[in-house]
Amino acid sequence: MIRIASLTRRYGDLTAVDDLTFTASPGRVTGFLGPNGAGKSTTLRLLTGLATPTAGTATVLGRRYADLPNPGLDVGVLLDASAQHGGRTGRETLVLAQRTMGLPEAQVDAMLDLVGLTRTESRRRVRDYSLGMRQRLGIATALLGDPRVLILDEPANGLDPAGIRWMRDLLRSFADDGGTVLLSSHLLAEIEAIADDIVVIGHGRVVAAGSTAELLDGAGTLVRAHDAAALSAALTSAGYRATAGADGAVVTDAGTVDAGLVAFAAGLPVTELRCADGTALEEMFLDLTADDRRDRPSVGAVPIPSGALA
Amino acid sequence: MTTLAPDTVPPLAPAARRPVPLTRLVDVELRKLVDTRASRWLLAAVPLITLLAAVAVAVWGPDTEVTFGAYTATSLMPLELLLPLVAVLSVAGEWSQRSALTTFALLPRRGRVMAAKAVALLLVTLAAAASVVLLSAVATVVAAQARGLDAVWDLSTTLTLRSVLAYAAAVAFGFTTAVVLRSTAPAMVACLGFLFVVPMVSSVVAGVSGWWAEHGAWVDLSWSLSFLTLPGITGEQWAQVGTGGLLWIALPLVLGLRRLHRVEIR
Repeated sequence: MIRIASLTRRYGDLTAVDDLTFTASPGRVTGFLGPNGAGKSTTLRLLTGLATPTAGTATVLGRRYADLPNPGLDVGVLLDASAQHGGRTGRETLVLAQRTMGLPEAQVDAMLDLVGLTRTESRRRVRDYSLGMRQRLGIATALLGDPRVLILDEPANGLDPAGIRWMRDLLRSFADDGGTVLLSSHLLAEIEAIADDIVVIGHGRVVAAGSTAELLDGAGTLVRAHDAAALSAALTSAGYRATAGADGAVVTDAGTVDAGLVAFAAGLPVTELRCADGTALEEMFLDLTADDRRDRPSVGAVPIPSGALA
Repeated sequence: MTTLAPDTVPPLAPAARRPVPLTRLVDVELRKLVDTRASRWLLAAVPLITLLAAVAVAVWGPDTEVTFGAYTATSLMPLELLLPLVAVLSVAGEWSQRSALTTFALLPRRGRVMAAKAVALLLVTLAAAASVVLLSAVATVVAAQARGLDAVWDLSTTLTLRSVLAYAAAVAFGFTTAVVLRSTAPAMVACLGFLFVVPMVSSVVAGVSGWWAEHGAWVDLSWSLSFLTLPGITGEQWAQVGTGGLLWIALPLVLGLRRLHRVEIR
């Protein structure tokens, strides 16, 4: 269980995390979604005691992370797979974590097997690892202490499609066993595929939160016909809300059956009819991303927090 | 967590966990001192240089130099250069290599991590000194045998202890620069600058300024540390070691640790 309550972090004039409140529950994968610079990584650093909040609290399993006596046994953390000492071997990196937590050494080999790093690979220096291998090593470190909570920052970065699939299955079974997973990403599709709950943030604030099904269902139905304007008018006169897109697609709050009937009654041949899965979420997300684009003069004061204090 | 089947026991409440003992952290930090190539070579250089110095003295040195005391004094000198760099790598490497992210996520109590690093460095410092003394004893016997001399056991205990103190202070200074700067390259430069450049500049200034020649040792730690390796040392010189140590080690270390406690790890 992760609880974030009114969490705020300011760097001078910049508010990287702004009165953020959300919960990640056990048994569920919570996706933490936001464009680059939205404050995801800062939030995760505040949560894991690597940064100090200006205001508000963040607790894991009911305690502040910094108050956990041996956090590795309760919380698996992977904030940046590239932040590992390049001069150590993969195995040595794990052994250091294993010794810090006070675990038997056999656990190291078990984790190497779990994340699919071979013995030969584990004896190579991390400097020579690909980003995907570093992600696997980072996951191994996070899972080493058999924790009940996982906090992962962009864990799919650098993984190949098979690796992404593997990561998904791993997180799914971790959550199905009652674990709490909080993972961040700036890719909507990635989060959609794995998360039970989604928290979307922009400029350090929550802009949408709820179960994935809720957020995606809220999008309604997409109907496409040659004459979008006529279709839109027919739906509106039938008492539904309808928004015509540029490409002949109309998004409406009518169900698929009702939307089809309306179009049929109006004599409009329907070329596409389906749930508008995630369209609304995607629109919202794209709006957020657009807001963050650097080439907009009005956004000069909203750079990414990382690096602001480097 | 000694059980082999953690799945069969109900998970412990976090509050019931035992905190990570300092001994375990010291063990981990000791391991970190030897598990990377850079610091492993720095440490391996200690016996190698001692051996080289011993061979050089044995082959080319005058008979009067073939003594336990001379060997020990010669061989302790390189430690004053090598071990501070090991200290710099131990602390600043966490930031330059960004492994601090994992280190402090596994142990959010940063003060404990730094204490473990300090203890590990102290142990290595003392072990290196002990190995130098031991190797010097062997070298004395071998060299005396080779030259057909009687081995001279003229090691002054107090002088040796003072030499070890001088070089432990240099290690502490390396640790301090790394805590304050938290970046390998600048900390190395600061450390080497202190060991090589400051004494030179200081002696040049002392040559032109009478005031500095008389009072400089109160401020210049590298200067006052050199008193420790001389056969005799006065009370005033001890006091100068003290003021230099306060100014260049104790004070920046306290400020650096306070800052390190609050700084964001990224």
